[in-house]
Amino acid sequence: MNRFAVPMAVFAALVVVLALGIRHSPQKGIILSPLIGKPAPLFSLPSLNDPAHAVVSGDLKGRWYLLNVWGTWCVECRAEHQMLLEARDAHALPLIGLDWKDDDARARQWLTQFGNPYEAIALDHSGRTAVDFGVYGAPETFLINAQGIVVYKYVGPLTRDVWTQEILPRLPGHAGGSS
Amino acid sequence: MLPELGQFALILALLLAGMQAFFGIAGPMLGRDRWIAAVTPAVAGQSVMVALAVGCLVASFVSNDFSVSYVAGNSNSALPLFYRVAALWGAHEGSLLLWILLLAAWTVAVAIGSARLPPRFAARVLGVLGVVSFGFLLFTLATSNPFARLDPPLPDGRDLNPILQDPALAIHPPILYTGYVGFAVAFAFACAAMLEGRLDATWARWTRPWTTAAWAFLTCGIALGSFWAYYELGWGGFWFWDPVENASFMPWLVGTALVHSLAVTEKRGLFKSWTLLLAILTFSLSMLGTFLVRSGVLVSVHSFAADPARGIFILAFLVIMIGGALTLYAWRAPLLKSSAGFELGARESFLLFNNVLLITAATTVFAGTMAPLISDALRLGTVSVGPPYFNPTFLLSMLPLAALLSVGIHSSWKRGRLKDSQRMLLITLLAAAVLACALVYGIYQHGLVLTPVGALLGIWIILSSFVEPLSRWRRGLRVPRGMLGMTIAHSGLGVLVIALTTVQSFTLEHDVALAPGTTTTVGSYLFRFDGVQPIEGPNYDGIGATVTVTRGGAPVAVFKPQKRQYWVQHQLTSETAIRMDHGNNILVALGEDLGAGRWSLRLQIRPLVSFIWLAALIMAIGGAVAASDRRYRNSKVTEAAVPAAAEGSAA
Repeated sequence: MNRFAVPMAVFAALVVVLALGIRHSPQKGIILSPLIGKPAPLFSLPSLNDPAHAVVSGDLKGRWYLLNVWGTWCVECRAEHQMLLEARDAHALPLIGLDWKDDDARARQWLTQFGNPYEAIALDHSGRTAVDFGVYGAPETFLINAQGIVVYKYVGPLTRDVWTQEILPRLPGHAGGSS
Repeated sequence: MLPELGQFALILALLLAGMQAFFGIAGPMLGRDRWIAAVTPAVAGQSVMVALAVGCLVASFVSNDFSVSYVAGNSNSALPLFYRVAALWGAHEGSLLLWILLLAAWTVAVAIGSARLPPRFAARVLGVLGVVSFGFLLFTLATSNPFARLDPPLPDGRDLNPILQDPALAIHPPILYTGYVGFAVAFAFACAAMLEGRLDATWARWTRPWTTAAWAFLTCGIALGSFWAYYELGWGGFWFWDPVENASFMPWLVGTALVHSLAVTEKRGLFKSWTLLLAILTFSLSMLGTFLVRSGVLVSVHSFAADPARGIFILAFLVIMIGGALTLYAWRAPLLKSSAGFELGARESFLLFNNVLLITAATTVFAGTMAPLISDALRLGTVSVGPPYFNPTFLLSMLPLAALLSVGIHSSWKRGRLKDSQRMLLITLLAAAVLACALVYGIYQHGLVLTPVGALLGIWIILSSFVEPLSRWRRGLRVPRGMLGMTIAHSGLGVLVIALTTVQSFTLEHDVALAPGTTTTVGSYLFRFDGVQPIEGPNYDGIGATVTVTRGGAPVAVFKPQKRQYWVQHQLTSETAIRMDHGNNILVALGEDLGAGRWSLRLQIRPLVSFIWLAALIMAIGGAVAASDRRYRNSKVTEAAVPAAAEGSAA
């Protein structure tokens, strides 16, 4: 084989990756997480607002919550922020923020400017917890039930449709799809 | 009636593109002169049909024909006329049509510009472009018909996405796509050269102006996108390493490498196989960008509605086009032999470093963009990358690039002795050091570790790039357009390095909560919040704030940032207010209502941030000047003129 065929070999490998990417893509943004139906990864991270206490996954057991992965460097997070505030005001379940590889001061500024939808914010400076959750890119949102099981995952900015049609109906006591 | 006419025109365009591809490639191969003669009429016919189709869709937008699904989805009767036209490329189907229109325009330009090239070679170039046109037309007709009708029609349209209702973003896609598509020309020239087996330096000379022009457009397009993100997203950043941004940045990086390696191939007959590969690679990355944005494989705010069927089509097309070109390359490139050598320290070696570093940068961006996909496909679990990955890795290849550029400009072709230019090298370095210290410690009086380094490199690039044209001018010699363009583009890069340095080092950001009548100070500016009032636009309403800014008691400007709620899509957008003052870019964004008349406001002072986009514009102008060099146009080339003689000479 001559060395000039190397680019073609690399390209062939890339095509395989892209083809697999397409095969997976119909589910992307809807579910596709190996974590669905499995316990959410455990974490114990410093809290943004309360330096004395940590945000610990074990403490969250016993109730449903929405884990929202965000960062001030993430444009899409800016787009979904309004929706998060609406979700907070619906009082359906608490929102826990996972502030991913971010600067604390910037995060505080962000929440001051745009409002704080979260009950607690865990600081994932190293990005370790995001990796455990298989985060693909912020924003991502995980619905976690009272037993700590991941029920649903959404990739991309949360929209009103996702909120009313995917998240609310999955909550206990929500037979229909209305909020 | 018009939409049906448009669709019919599109089908005719597909057939004509097929003819263009077939006659253009098969004609020269089988030596049929009459087939070759049919290529240009096919190009003309195809472009007229494409223009007609675009005209029909524009007419449907202008006349608010909401029976057309695409118009109904992306326009509204309250939308101003300008945006009704721009809405043409507001979503997937229409922007594909724009792609095709621009490709047709480039094809026509090439057909006219290559009238003096050997007819067989010109036919092959147009034939390869025909294959590209055919693929995109088929893609449009098969998966993304912009003329599909709605039955019953909607009473009114669903409106153009509000964040796209902005002058900068309205003109951003045409310019960006002109750049993307322009690299198809370089690709076509490379393929034609390989098909013909004419792998000397001539194809490089023929390709250079086209490639440089495409590069200039892409530069402008990327800068516009960044400018838009800066003021429309209301968050004050100018680059987010978003997959869609990366998709346009990768072809730019590789295209920049191509522009430089073409210079070496043309002037010295070196890097021949490498240049071919770069030409293929640049266009491949443009196509890959299209694929990534359209297929829904990557998630991004900018991206269009995802559809796996489209992804499969584009992938198949990629395999045919790029796979075909790379096969051709694997077959033809081994025939190439470089005759000339060069010494370390000669300009060739600096351009080699330039290429290596640019490709390294492109590879790191590519790896970061594709990492989630690759690890997902290989079932390694998902990984995530963001600015924490991109910023340092990118800097790692860009810092040496900037340093080597300043040295490399002083070098000469072939010979490695920098002795002759040593004096100028040291003078410019010293002058740059003095100016950088003056800037960092004189004006701003503080800085990070990299601040003086960045300032020094930026200034040094500018000073160095003027040395050669100035010395020619002093000796009474003509400065060729090519050299002038290079000087302008390089000094643009220098401005960019300086601006990035100051913005990263000296930005002031404050988020404050203010009640009407209260003030706050940021840097040397005093901001007074005068309250908010309701506003109403043609298709939105919202809230506008008034903020008066003064500096040392003297008024600077009154800022009126807004928050808009668009009626049809209920989307909130933030319109920041931005003004320049003494080189500082002052940005005021309106945040949240905190109750009792108090509002949160974001106040930013970014020194020289406008120079980032200005720098891109300077670089693009440099490209345009270089592309217009007369020596690419005047000489008539005939089939017989075997250009071995031109090789090695400075042309």
